[in-house]
Amino acid sequence: MTIQFNDETFRDDYSFFNSERAIKRFPFPFHEDSYMYSVNMEQHRGGPVDSIYEKRFDVDEHYVAEMRDRALVLADDPLRCQSLPHMTLAGWDLLELIMVTKSEDYPDLFKLHRDGNKWRWVNKPLGIDDKFVFLDETTLPYGPMEYITRQAQGDFCVLDQRDDNLWMDAGMVTTQADWSLDFDIGMNFFEWHAPVPLAHEKGIFVRALKFLLNIQQGAPARRLNWTMTVNPLLDTSPENYHKWGIQKTTLTPKNIGAKQHLRVELQTFFRLPRSNGLVFPIRCYLCSFQDIMTVPKWGRRLHRVIRDLPEELATYKGFIDNRPMMLEYLKNFDDGLPTSLGIWPEIDTEPKLQK
Amino acid sequence: MSGIEKIQVVVTNIVRLNELVTRFEFKRTDGKLLPTFSGGAHTVVEMQDGEITRLNPYSLMSDPMCQRAYAISVRRDDEGRGGSLFMHNKVSVGDNMVISYPINLFSLDLRAKKHLFIAGGIGITPFLAQIKQLDRFNGYWNLHYSCRSESLGSYVDELTDQHPNETHVYYDDKDQQIDLVKLLEGQPLGTHVYVCGPKGMIDWVCNTASKEGWPREAIHYEEFLAPKPGKPFEVKLAVSGKVIQVGEQESLLEAIEREGIDAPYLCRGGACGQCETAVIDYAGNFIHRDHWLGEDEHKSGQKIMPCVSRFEGKILVLDR
Repeated sequence: MTIQFNDETFRDDYSFFNSERAIKRFPFPFHEDSYMYSVNMEQHRGGPVDSIYEKRFDVDEHYVAEMRDRALVLADDPLRCQSLPHMTLAGWDLLELIMVTKSEDYPDLFKLHRDGNKWRWVNKPLGIDDKFVFLDETTLPYGPMEYITRQAQGDFCVLDQRDDNLWMDAGMVTTQADWSLDFDIGMNFFEWHAPVPLAHEKGIFVRALKFLLNIQQGAPARRLNWTMTVNPLLDTSPENYHKWGIQKTTLTPKNIGAKQHLRVELQTFFRLPRSNGLVFPIRCYLCSFQDIMTVPKWGRRLHRVIRDLPEELATYKGFIDNRPMMLEYLKNFDDGLPTSLGIWPEIDTEPKLQK
Repeated sequence: MSGIEKIQVVVTNIVRLNELVTRFEFKRTDGKLLPTFSGGAHTVVEMQDGEITRLNPYSLMSDPMCQRAYAISVRRDDEGRGGSLFMHNKVSVGDNMVISYPINLFSLDLRAKKHLFIAGGIGITPFLAQIKQLDRFNGYWNLHYSCRSESLGSYVDELTDQHPNETHVYYDDKDQQIDLVKLLEGQPLGTHVYVCGPKGMIDWVCNTASKEGWPREAIHYEEFLAPKPGKPFEVKLAVSGKVIQVGEQESLLEAIEREGIDAPYLCRGGACGQCETAVIDYAGNFIHRDHWLGEDEHKSGQKIMPCVSRFEGKILVLDR
């Protein structure tokens, strides 16, 4: 399918929008009418046609605009991209993984020509056509990780694996849900997850780490995570909290449908073959409440999930103050009818809103 | 699915190195390239030995950058349960086999300023791949390699030809021994030590390094145990509702797999922890042989590693 790339912004005038197609393929994260943490991992081996699960790295209508936004963030704050000295090989691993899979999955958009270590990479949407020598950093304008992640949607944590733990030793993080690579760099799995409430007590992280350490080459995994964002902001970083935190107070009963966005992360995990590291891409999808409400099943369910969410989680996810206003809005889309299990929209089989 | 991807390969070359060790080379049957890997990785080789399916892990010793062919070296073990004998006696060039994607449980710590490798006998194989990986990036390493005799010194000639300054060989039959304390004391700050060989050697290196004050994170070892034969015993598998017999020559894990139950595994040698299984009930004695569970867990009677451990007694019920 040919993708029409949106001309849009994630700052200032917020001209970001989702097409009808993008709404239909939005990764709604709740498979039932309630939510609690779990190690909700599954294999990352494709999915329904045109779903965000279909390709290994999803490219959608926001690609070009997201890459423009990333370049702006990096120009302001170069520390959003860091790689400790021992992580260069993992950076090459990531470059190879993305170039090979994108050129296979989207042959009309990306091309990779390889003659031994002499590579030529063509990225048509971004107008890039570069020749370089694989494993020779001097032949690229940036380090390998930075080079390729300036051309790939989503944040990338590149983790070193040693001492039965994972270490946040490299990354490109510009579209994050309020965490900082500059703060977390060099931390291990338990250290960087320390602020998360409830999950430690449930033993979630011990089990999750065991799962991740055993992810093998050729067998990637995935899960969804979510939070809330007022205005379609990609860069909700602690570094810029003074700019975006205050925007949470601009919500009114009138503008909430357009301003309040559900923010969903598709998190995937790939073993990196040459370095034995692990890459953890975190891809952010935004959808306004009013667009979500066009899918009756999602409207019913979102109301019930937000209503019943434990206070600690609503606080951690940063919307405890706005929750009453959200519920005032969302209850109009919940007619009390039952919903079918699973995350898919099922527009054709679920009843229309009975209100 | 136990979560391990498989690759169909054909045996393209078999080279007898000496009386005990033979090298096998594999290419993909579909002619495509093999996955790259990191030095220290192993592959699990499936052997169809009559009625029995054997799955044995072998370190990949070829250049991790080379995607045309993989190589492993197999030491013949006349006392073992037959995996190495199968490779030596029944595998020929042109045979189709199935191997797993590379799995690395013994990877280099790329932060190290220097890598100090200590190998005993067939334990040289993971280092051969690691040396090739480090050479590609101008890594700093030294190898101390202990062999029984010159005639059994697999890859000694290749190593001393290509890396005369880095390679140090010791022969048992000439009473040559690694002066470990001196060797460890002389290393620059930031050195990591890696050991692969017989259990005694691994314990010796790990304990000596620890005593010399080396940080735990700077000491790396790999030892795959082969499952040992033992008395037959009966197991009840609670989840699948089956009662199965474990034969003298098979491991508990192999018996579970023979019954068509998909049990997780990675190393099949008591090291990785993937096959850990909860014990629901038992009357008898465990014969624990793994390095995964701690002493307390061995004594608790609540867990078993079915890849290498066995049981003697009347009742054993597992959560599988």
